[in-house]
Amino acid sequence: MASKNYLSGLFGASPVAPLQSHMKIVDDCVTQLVNLFEHMAAGDIDAVAEDYQRIAVLEQQADEKKHTLREQLPTGLFMPIERQDLLDTLRIQDLLANRARDIAGIIVGRKLQFPESAAQRAIELVKATVETCHQALRVVNELDELVETGFRGHAVHVVEVMLTELDDLESATDRIQVSLRADLFAVEKELYAVDVIFMYQVIGSIAQIADDAERVGRRFQLMLAK
Amino acid sequence: MDYGTTYLVLAVIFGLFMAWGIGANDVANAMATSVGSKAITIKQAVIIAAIFEFAGAILAGGQVTSTIRKGIVDVSDLGATPEILVFGMLAALLAAGTWLLIASFKGWPVSTTHSIVGSIVGFAIVGIGMDAVYWGKLGKIVMSWVTSPVLAGVISYMLFRSIQKVILETEKPLENARKYVPYYVFLVGFVLALVTIMKGLKHVGLDLSVGESVVAALICGVLTTLLGKYLVSRVKFDPNADRDFHYANVEKIFGALMVLTACAMAFAHGSNDVANAIGPLAAINSIVMTGELSQKSPLPMWILFVGGVGIVLGLAMYGRKVIETVGSKITELTPSRGFCCTLSAASTVVLASGMGLPISTTHTMVGAVLGVGMARGISSLDMVVVRGIFMSWVITLPIGGVLAIAFFFILKTVFS
Repeated sequence: MASKNYLSGLFGASPVAPLQSHMKIVDDCVTQLVNLFEHMAAGDIDAVAEDYQRIAVLEQQADEKKHTLREQLPTGLFMPIERQDLLDTLRIQDLLANRARDIAGIIVGRKLQFPESAAQRAIELVKATVETCHQALRVVNELDELVETGFRGHAVHVVEVMLTELDDLESATDRIQVSLRADLFAVEKELYAVDVIFMYQVIGSIAQIADDAERVGRRFQLMLAK
Repeated sequence: MDYGTTYLVLAVIFGLFMAWGIGANDVANAMATSVGSKAITIKQAVIIAAIFEFAGAILAGGQVTSTIRKGIVDVSDLGATPEILVFGMLAALLAAGTWLLIASFKGWPVSTTHSIVGSIVGFAIVGIGMDAVYWGKLGKIVMSWVTSPVLAGVISYMLFRSIQKVILETEKPLENARKYVPYYVFLVGFVLALVTIMKGLKHVGLDLSVGESVVAALICGVLTTLLGKYLVSRVKFDPNADRDFHYANVEKIFGALMVLTACAMAFAHGSNDVANAIGPLAAINSIVMTGELSQKSPLPMWILFVGGVGIVLGLAMYGRKVIETVGSKITELTPSRGFCCTLSAASTVVLASGMGLPISTTHTMVGAVLGVGMARGISSLDMVVVRGIFMSWVITLPIGGVLAIAFFFILKTVFS
């Protein structure tokens, strides 16, 4: 008798833990950029290439995780979060890793090196961006607490405070970005023009990572509001 | 009556088989939320189920048994051929048992209650006639299949919301959980005791007035609360556990009290579902003993006993494994959720038992789970499965009926 039981089928697999572990991988991936930029500033091309490899591997892992989670979310699941919000969050999280790999790819591919006068500021920008990612990860890690409390009360307040901090961190990256562009502008005439174009592109992409980290937070705000 | 003993022996065997099936399979659904939330171990679940299913059957199982036995079929037209009812009830047991066996093999969500009611109605229509069914009473029963999951859902929604308000939403959930959770189990003690005292103890020969019953139930509620407090005081907190997940210790408190709600659930299940096995047996016994159709004789204790023994046997022989499987699959249900679901489902089922309404424990449990889901309390529920569970009775009724009709004619041919 009873080879299968229907009551156990009632509970779908929770998307919470997979979403969190996806974000963890993404955060690891983005964090590698700090090493990469430091090695770049030091002119250590081999180490930069190794960093790129690590980023590529992590990006790949995040991608696989994303696909598994998507498969695990058929329509017809009844969740405390909108399925669409969840998928959007996942997509944005994944974008962070993609951008990190693109940035690393450009730097390795073009053997890019920021001029000395801008190199430290570039590292500063990357570090600040990584901070926004850490903060986004912290927010995502609160999801199990939010589910536990049913998206109400104290836990919501905790997350709202975190989200404000996330906004502040993102604004900080904006300011650094402006200074970095100014630093680069001051010396760009002495540099090879094509490289400069790519440098601006790299700066833009880094800023985009911070933006997207903030967007992860905004998706969360939407989930809370429902 | 010719073959009187044969009928009775057959009835006992079929009834035991049905009860065995309930113990082997159905009990797992009643205990699954408790085991799944890791609040109690499988061994504890089996022991709790064995004791409280039995107690539920004996102390509060009388009302539903009487509904199954004489509340659905009007036998006044049968006159001098009481055998018809004997064949019918035997056929109903066989039909429900067979259908449940098939369904279990296939993993279909089929309820014992729906099977037996469908079977009895099927036989009554064909074996006696359309007028032989108390349609009004049947309507009430069918209505209760809709209202019981809804009621359980509403209760569990409100329970969960109140737990959110009092405990989970606050800044000191652990402190508040320790303070307030024992009061929630008051409900367990009160409802169970009230229904048992008002409806069940008559069979044991104890008859209290309404006022006395309420007072006694209140006392039981208070005792349960005290027991709850004791259980909470024994919980050992792990200061490291809250680093990653701030509610780990809060959940521990709910876990400790889940032992009580699991007992309540087993009791409730016993009080309602045992009747599916022994109601027909009681009807047959009454005819064989008195030789007439009047079902006025009280329900003999030994019949409730047969039901209880059957369930415990099924549980010991097979149910253990099913509980293990189900429990290991329901991992997403934390003790606080399991607590709400079990508490509201148990209360609803016991209320139905008191009113003599045979309902599906599984449906009630699913309703309770959905209630918590509505309060955004469960991370994901598969609505396709939910729909399947709720729609199953629509198909079970006619199939049970048709099977019962087939068995009815076979039995009639064999014995005449």
